Amino acid sequence: MQIQQEKHTKKLQKCKVYGPCAIDFVSSNTGSWRIERPVIEYDNCIKCGTCKRYCPADLITVDKEKRECITIDLNYCKGCGICANECPMECIEMVEERGTN
Amino acid sequence: MTHYKMLDGNTAAVEAMKMARVKLISAYPITPQSTIAEKLSEIVEAGELAAAYIRVESEHTAMSCAIGAQLTGIRTATATASVGLALMHEVLNVASGCRVPIVMPVVNRSLASPWSLWCDHQDSMAERDSGWIQLYCENVQDVYDTVLMSYRIAEHPEVLTPVMVCLDGFFLSHSMQKLEILKQEQVDQFVGEYCVNNLKLDPADPMVIDNLTGSDEITEMKYQQAAGFERSRSVMNEVFEEYAIMTGRKKAVVEGYRTEGADAVVVTLGSMSGTAKYVVDQMREQGKKVGAVKIVSFRPFPYNELKEMLKGVGRVAVIDRTTGFGGQGAPLWLEVKTALGSNVIINDYIAGLAGRDIHTGTIQAVFENLMNSREEAEKPVWIDCDIENAMNIREVERYV
Repeated sequence: MQIQQEKHTKKLQKCKVYGPCAIDFVSSNTGSWRIERPVIEYDNCIKCGTCKRYCPADLITVDKEKRECITIDLNYCKGCGICANECPMECIEMVEERGTN
Repeated sequence: MTHYKMLDGNTAAVEAMKMARVKLISAYPITPQSTIAEKLSEIVEAGELAAAYIRVESEHTAMSCAIGAQLTGIRTATATASVGLALMHEVLNVASGCRVPIVMPVVNRSLASPWSLWCDHQDSMAERDSGWIQLYCENVQDVYDTVLMSYRIAEHPEVLTPVMVCLDGFFLSHSMQKLEILKQEQVDQFVGEYCVNNLKLDPADPMVIDNLTGSDEITEMKYQQAAGFERSRSVMNEVFEEYAIMTGRKKAVVEGYRTEGADAVVVTLGSMSGTAKYVVDQMREQGKKVGAVKIVSFRPFPYNELKEMLKGVGRVAVIDRTTGFGGQGAPLWLEVKTALGSNVIINDYIAGLAGRDIHTGTIQAVFENLMNSREEAEKPVWIDCDIENAMNIREVERYV
């Protein structure tokens, strides 16, 4: 009986409101804005994590166990190039999105 | 039994906010509003009002805190003046755009520069398009009544528009007058609990408010605000009516004084309206057919009511307590002119800037100028300005 009542009071109801608001918490795919994509050349990578620290969107993960240790979440990477600028070994290259695979 | 007090305009505003049982106050003191911020803090400290008081570092924050707090479902209080209102400019539009029905006394004071502490309407006129209703007060009783009625107008579910209650700095804010104070039970019944059911901040039912909104919706949201303004016209009349039944004091969006059969009428805003009525009485005694009109609601502007009231009046003087640089007239004139059209002589008079008194002589000079005008003045008349010497008032010694 108790449970039924709880269900009843928590029933969703559509309410008209005025003014700007949102109740869907989904982020938009900002990766689609990207013109250039970061591509890593692992031969010189020393796994220092500088790219991760500088990424303004915090999209880079570094797994030091692996040779190809960097993962960049390209769904949200806007291609700003800060990682490429900051890499001390200059092993990140910004490659044009269009016309490349 | 009727209960009277001697209060200045600021304290009357505080009395009304207290009786409306505001739950949160975020105010930053600025002359001539300071005593509102101070008195609110005193009554919270003394336990006379169960409210939180946030000491903020600017007016921008004062309004931001009030918006955030009111969105959690409580009535809030803040007040400001002059450059403080200007610093609020950005967030004033957030309050109106998010439909947060805050009621805020604005103690009218000139805007810098030159720095001044004294009254004119530059500050609130600069905010006339910020989406706030603007009501102007004539005396201290009016301040108390208007603040109380504004809660009802602002919080009406089809209005949801914040209200500025404008009171002239020093002329009203610091002058003591006798006024009637309602009983707490009467105010409780009239104003009621805060129960706005629109956008709401509730951790149990989260919502993002004021998110980035695309051009596919903003026009419609602005239309909603316009509809709120339109609806506020009839809501105001209903609220004024209800308040009149309770107190015997009937307010209107525009109030005429001896306008019947008048040839010439002066249109005023705020505290100068009392002086205008006094001069009208004197001139009527001399057999001159003159009247006065007080605009109470500047936003929304009562154009239909004004048109109806001034039917058959051939000459209208508008006193603007602000400059309106570069326009054909200052803000009040522009509204009156648009409402009345071109078959009437409507002159704009700039007067009372930065505390310069609009005394009986000023109003008489306005009437005299108006009645001697063969046609409408092409530009505003600076009626109480020393035009001959205006360009030479300061001299400095300089190395050349």
